[in-house]
Amino acid sequence: MAFQKAAEAIDAVWRIESARLIAGLARLVGDVGIAEDLAQDALVIALEQWPKTGVPDNPGAWLMATAKHRAIDLLRRRKMQDQKHEHVARELDAKQVSPEADLAAAIDDDVGDDLLSLIFTACHPVLSTDARVALTLRLLGGLTTEEIARAFLMPKATIQQRIVRAKRTLAAARVPFEVPRGSELAVRLGSVLEVIYLVFNEGYSATAGEDWVRPALCEDALRLGRILAELAPMEPEVHGLVALMEIQASRIRARVGPQDEPILLLQQDRGRWDHLLIGRGLAALERVEALGGAYGIYALQAAIAACHARARAPDETDWTRIVALYDALGQLLPSPVVELNRAVALGMAFGPAAGLEVIDTLRADPALEGYHLLPSVRGDLLAKLGRFEEARAELQRAAALTQNVRERDLLLKRLEAL
Amino acid sequence: MRFMTIVKSKETSTPPPQSLFDAIDKLGQEATKKGVMVGFGGLMPTALGARARLAGGKISVTDGPFSEAKEVIGGFAIYEVPSKAEALEWTRRFLQLHIEHWKGWEGEVELRQMFDGIPEGC
Repeated sequence: MAFQKAAEAIDAVWRIESARLIAGLARLVGDVGIAEDLAQDALVIALEQWPKTGVPDNPGAWLMATAKHRAIDLLRRRKMQDQKHEHVARELDAKQVSPEADLAAAIDDDVGDDLLSLIFTACHPVLSTDARVALTLRLLGGLTTEEIARAFLMPKATIQQRIVRAKRTLAAARVPFEVPRGSELAVRLGSVLEVIYLVFNEGYSATAGEDWVRPALCEDALRLGRILAELAPMEPEVHGLVALMEIQASRIRARVGPQDEPILLLQQDRGRWDHLLIGRGLAALERVEALGGAYGIYALQAAIAACHARARAPDETDWTRIVALYDALGQLLPSPVVELNRAVALGMAFGPAAGLEVIDTLRADPALEGYHLLPSVRGDLLAKLGRFEEARAELQRAAALTQNVRERDLLLKRLEAL
Repeated sequence: MRFMTIVKSKETSTPPPQSLFDAIDKLGQEATKKGVMVGFGGLMPTALGARARLAGGKISVTDGPFSEAKEVIGGFAIYEVPSKAEALEWTRRFLQLHIEHWKGWEGEVELRQMFDGIPEGC
């Protein structure tokens, strides 16, 4: 009997190897679209052969060798046919054309750099955010078009088109397949982190919403973050993002009750938090610290999440530290939502009056107009101050503003309890 | 999906060859770099352990070694992967290393999905 069903085994091998395969090929041919086609060709050959021969002992090397042969053929053809593909021709010349051993070596060394180049290319600013997300999941995450479509609740054709267009855009803009250097690196890294966190949030918001289709996106984003952390271990914000995602993901099971109702952080059963993920998140934060402790926006949010993760019970939470972290976050990312969160922390650290003072400065902010959390937080603080009449009015307002049915139920319950 | 893989084999008096340790270490690093290995551990000889058992309403303890046991647990790894097939592929690679580095070794890896981890979608 075969070790496992060939189709499933091939699928698994593809997931494990495809990013490395595409990255190595992209460096060779200078185009991620062509690289993916070549990798797919190798996959098709595997699908034909492996069910008969069994999965080879080293399937990654097998796929790479097969794809390489096709890449070499392609480069030769191109060199002969089309002098316009000068850079490919030059590349081939640089590698002295014929000795395939050289090409093999060229494709195998510095796998890390190739993967990084692939991530930076997939998240290139020349692409729309939607395109970056789809291309990253496809090229780095090894997801099929169907899987991406299902995760984003979109038709397969839409995603397919998005990916095709993205590849065309990259080719047309002659985006070099490389890791950006110098001052460009920080900006481009920001785009990569943004894409990964966007994927994570797409899944995370679904976990307390109506559909349970998408938590897999959290896992995909986490995996991408962990990969990036090993590829760019000297970048503190990468570890910051990983820490943030690990700790947030640790709460997924605890943030929904038996009737699928959302459970707020302080009411969650901490025994249901995933302590493996918390441990990994705290370890990632330690790596930020070890790199000199330059906290960016992700590391700061992770540090806040860590304050909660470290507290065995809500009343052990270090709110004073959370206030300080929100202060720092507000400096880097001035936003009324951050300020709102800071007000909550202030209220917990120094009493409801301190929180209310900040909240009241936010009431005139047009950005928060219609944002249900503002009256919701204000209502809580007022209730704690014994100003129940005003508190009720605020909670009523919050309930009227929220779009989420379950959240409305929760607000109405709090209203009743007053 | 989170899986635990548990390695079981006959307890031998000779330790595994160093080259196997090195190869397993390399595979572990690869799985870590791919973001899928989230935990692992190796176990000391059963001589240092014990078995506690409840039978007929009575709890009893037997100190190691578990010399009567056909196979004992030698180690475990925890993977976070999109499919069981992927966990199985990592397991196959792990066993492949034994073929290459420890001639004659026989044993099995039990692969179990864990209750924890990020819940699956429908």
